[in-house]
Amino acid sequence: MLAHSLFFYFFSSIAVFSAFMVIVSRNTVNSVFFLILVFISVSALFIMIGAEFLGMIMLIVYVGAVAILFLFVVMMLNIKEQVTNKSSRKGLINNISIGSIVGFIIFLELLVVMGGWNFKGSFVSLSSNNFNIELNNTRMLGNVLYTDYIYLFQISGIILLVSMIGAISLTFTKKENVKRQDYFKQIQREKSSSIELQEVESGKGIKLDD
Amino acid sequence: MIEIGLGHYLTFSAIIFTLGIVGIFLNRKNVIIILMSIELILLAVNINLVSFSIFLQNIVGQVFAIFVLTVAAAETAIGLAIIVIYYKNKGSINVDKISSLKG
Repeated sequence: MLAHSLFFYFFSSIAVFSAFMVIVSRNTVNSVFFLILVFISVSALFIMIGAEFLGMIMLIVYVGAVAILFLFVVMMLNIKEQVTNKSSRKGLINNISIGSIVGFIIFLELLVVMGGWNFKGSFVSLSSNNFNIELNNTRMLGNVLYTDYIYLFQISGIILLVSMIGAISLTFTKKENVKRQDYFKQIQREKSSSIELQEVESGKGIKLDD
Repeated sequence: MIEIGLGHYLTFSAIIFTLGIVGIFLNRKNVIIILMSIELILLAVNINLVSFSIFLQNIVGQVFAIFVLTVAAAETAIGLAIIVIYYKNKGSINVDKISSLKG
């Protein structure tokens, strides 16, 4: 139990510190690196409390895909000019005061909600028969995900497909000097419009107007 | 203090959530940091779902955490694509300068 609490404090303090660094760091690349650190420590926490599958998925999806996507975009765009002039600094101070007030209020509300959790009424027991200790985490998830939640699973696949098509069509640009296929033009091509027989006299060339 | 319960995980996720909110507010540099703050908020939601799922012995929380993960990945892809084309058109993604919708 002591080891569990030690690991919890270790990983959670790293995660909180890195999340703080994500939002205050001046360089955007550094924020992406701290974001990766947050994800890694949270996935370690997930593995620690017994949600191994989700922890590994977090590593694959967030660290392997999303953070790399962020890095690509940050390095593609040239975000060097971040000179803060007078007016934007005034706006920054204004924003910091309002933002910290709102954030503090939200944090207090969340703490109140957590305190209220102790005084919850007696409700229907949430522990259901889908949580079987003898099976491992992945098998438990699969038993539920592919049976009760199969439609939601399919819809989430469609969401991924739509987002992929959307991202491609947003960033797709047509280049001028690249020859592309035009199916209708190619299919409509006929012999009469493409082949022409010419009588060429010997010793003379022929001029084609193309 | 030694016994780690549900409250510890909820407090941790509340801190991450608040940091995400504050990050959206005090960021004036570029939109990418705002997207990262949204990722932090979704991560806090995931921590809540998973810890409730473990401590209340119900696997459905983790199923929903997977769906949240899917939507977060899709949202990031679309958001970054929008940022890329905005940068192509305007040459800057500074939050202060994005005001073409201002009336």
